[in-house]
Amino acid sequence: MQLHDIWFAVIAVLWTGYFFLEGFDFGVGVLTRLLARDRRERRVLINTIGPVWDGNEVWLLTAAGATFAAFPDWYATLFSGFYLPLLVILVCLIVRGVAFEYRVKRTEKSWQDRWEAALFVTSLLPAFLWGVAFGNIVHGVPIGADKDYAGGLADLLGPYALLGGLVTLTLFTFHGAVFTALKTTGGIRPRARRLATVLGLGSSVLTAVFLTWTQLHSGDGRSLVAAAAAVLALLAAVAANAAGREGWAFGLSGVTIAGTVAALFLALFPDVMPSTLDPRWSLTAEGAASSPYTLKIMTWCAAVATPVVMLYQGWTYWVFRKRIGTQHIAENH
Amino acid sequence: MEMTALAPETLARWQFGVTTVYHFLFVPLTISLASLVAGLETAWVRTGKEKYLRAAKFWGKLFLINIAMGVVTGILQEFQFGMNWSDYSRFVGDVFGAPLAFEALIAFFFESTFIGLWIFGWDKLPKRIHAACMWMVAVGTVLSAYFILAANSWMQHPVGYRMNPSSGRAELTDFVRVLTQNTAVAQFAHTLAAAFLTGGAFMVGIAAYHLMRGRHVAVMRSSLRLGLVTMALAGVLTAVTGDRLGKIMYDQQPMKMAAAEALWETKGPAPFSLFAYGDVGPPKTGHNKVAVEIPGLLSFLAHDNFSEPVPGIKDTEDALREKYGDKFDIADYRPNIPLAYWSFRWMIGFGMSSFALGAAGLYLTRRRLWLSPRLRTSDEEVPRLALTRERELGPALTGWYWRLALLTLAFPLIANSWGWIFTETGRQPWVVYGVLPTAAGVSPSVSQAEVVTSMSVFIALYAVLAVIEVKLLAKYVKAGPPELTDSDLNPPTRIGGHDADDPDRPMAFSY
Repeated sequence: MQLHDIWFAVIAVLWTGYFFLEGFDFGVGVLTRLLARDRRERRVLINTIGPVWDGNEVWLLTAAGATFAAFPDWYATLFSGFYLPLLVILVCLIVRGVAFEYRVKRTEKSWQDRWEAALFVTSLLPAFLWGVAFGNIVHGVPIGADKDYAGGLADLLGPYALLGGLVTLTLFTFHGAVFTALKTTGGIRPRARRLATVLGLGSSVLTAVFLTWTQLHSGDGRSLVAAAAAVLALLAAVAANAAGREGWAFGLSGVTIAGTVAALFLALFPDVMPSTLDPRWSLTAEGAASSPYTLKIMTWCAAVATPVVMLYQGWTYWVFRKRIGTQHIAENH
Repeated sequence: MEMTALAPETLARWQFGVTTVYHFLFVPLTISLASLVAGLETAWVRTGKEKYLRAAKFWGKLFLINIAMGVVTGILQEFQFGMNWSDYSRFVGDVFGAPLAFEALIAFFFESTFIGLWIFGWDKLPKRIHAACMWMVAVGTVLSAYFILAANSWMQHPVGYRMNPSSGRAELTDFVRVLTQNTAVAQFAHTLAAAFLTGGAFMVGIAAYHLMRGRHVAVMRSSLRLGLVTMALAGVLTAVTGDRLGKIMYDQQPMKMAAAEALWETKGPAPFSLFAYGDVGPPKTGHNKVAVEIPGLLSFLAHDNFSEPVPGIKDTEDALREKYGDKFDIADYRPNIPLAYWSFRWMIGFGMSSFALGAAGLYLTRRRLWLSPRLRTSDEEVPRLALTRERELGPALTGWYWRLALLTLAFPLIANSWGWIFTETGRQPWVVYGVLPTAAGVSPSVSQAEVVTSMSVFIALYAVLAVIEVKLLAKYVKAGPPELTDSDLNPPTRIGGHDADDPDRPMAFSY
């Protein structure tokens, strides 16, 4: 195993971390419209992720920064090629971050209504678009001999990619619902569980179809194992949720996300961005990688820093482990 | 108008300039306020004086309104290189990507995680740990500044790399060198000092607003003092580090500094220009029509003596053409000279007037030194501005001092912006000095329509957010420091707080 293979795996781990963590906070954002019945309940939902969403989002920045450093060509082709969808995602993340912080800063109804609507839309769109992006990465896009994206916007909206979008959207919303069941008390909790059952069953159909399609397109034995693990974990998560085992359900929906990301990355390897024009023009992990010296430094940094990050981020979740309900939400201040 | 107005790099540069200058309005306040708020909270923990907790909460709220914008506008920066500058990213990723990844992995996680703990942790964490969280945020902001400035310094003065002939890209050979070269150290020191000048001026301006109305005196008097000391110290450090950075630039990028002085011909002793107006024209033809100068001062700024020659723009053009002419097809080696000239002056002018105001304030509000006892004030009184031992400024002048402090609150922000505009446009026509011309860095696959679209979206979005942010800041500035509640005065003594005693207790803070 060479350093660029290890870094391919590290990038996969960073995306897994991102989708695992921000996956449920996107899901909670979507649930503010699907689950909450009034403003107080919306605030309960928002506050389950209040202390942690910002730290969750850094996994994305780290994935992007690590891709830049470890695979400059991948970073360059991906972000210049997926320009407009990425623009939508960035605008959403900008508005979403401000929405969390500013919503409570004024008491006028219209002010709070607007930020809540913004929070819903800016959680829903990225949850969908990340799936579209990964669908396109795995199935390939038109890339020319010069390594640059040679397609248009329409090339990014094929049926496989759109299905990928539905998979991440439903998976994250399910993940958010089981997280809500785990983190709340009172009336929201049983409703979150009921909704999670519906979302989980719907998502398992979509995920199974999507991963089968992936498998048929470019899968191998290892990606099959990951895909099977993802689907089985999802079904087990639905069962655990129905049985009221909330911790298990959340852990298993996390396994589903990890399995799905693993299946996609394994189906992608050794490419990082296949070209649909000519396989010789595909970007590979080896071809797109940085020099061994850079990768070595990055490996040291990641090996030291990542466990520390997980330790203090984990500690944050422990500090805010208490379930919250409407009684914990003070009146507007 | 020439067609170059529509060159792909022009649009991409405008977008980078607009979004980065905007981002950097929030960054220096975040860096300095994190430490200042942490300091105030620590003062409360150590002394138990309520005014410090009220001050920490007041400035903490303004800090949070500001950092929210800093964080979200920073997300774009992590992606923009790939989106608009894909050829640049391919070329430099091996070198430039590493500090960016380090920044995310080490600094961003720190900031973002501990800020969540601080915001929501008032009733969950013992007060020492709560204050420590803000110190962690402060450390995160400083680390973040260090890594990104090391990356930028590599663009100003590339070191610790080699050109790989087979891949045609720059590859890292010495990471320690990239992190410790003199450009990086000087830029970091200068930026950090300027950040504290910015935070100090922000504090002083707002404290002055309340003090001139005689409101929230105890809290605002302490804040004023802290702000003034910060301004005076940071102002001196900004000047000293700026001088050091300037000398490094004379060595590493003589064209930038010649442009900053509109110094067309090599001169020794070289004068410092106070005002210049002239024609730029095609390469090798520029001249000043009007020039007001201080003889010899530029030689001193560049070399620490009053006689040594400083190379002018025209000679530097020749030197650059000789050095790079075979390798690069660059028509004009000069940056935008009027822009370099004026941005340099505005940076210094706005920054140093803010420093002067802070230093004057520190003197005028002194508590004991060379001050007759009848002019001394207690901690509960608005300080009296004393000109000499016995003489106090009249009410009109005192009023003007407070007003001026409020009106110039944003001067360092303006200085910071011009500083970045100066150092980035002054490096042109290079994106990596001497290694990669800016025109060669843009994304070939991105259409002008796409760049125009994203630029319009960001300008519109940022304009709306600016209005919202400023209004919110004004609202919370006017509201003044909060009254303390029982829950504030009885922070938890163990982690998890009062969860066990009263499970239904409302959260101290909720979104």
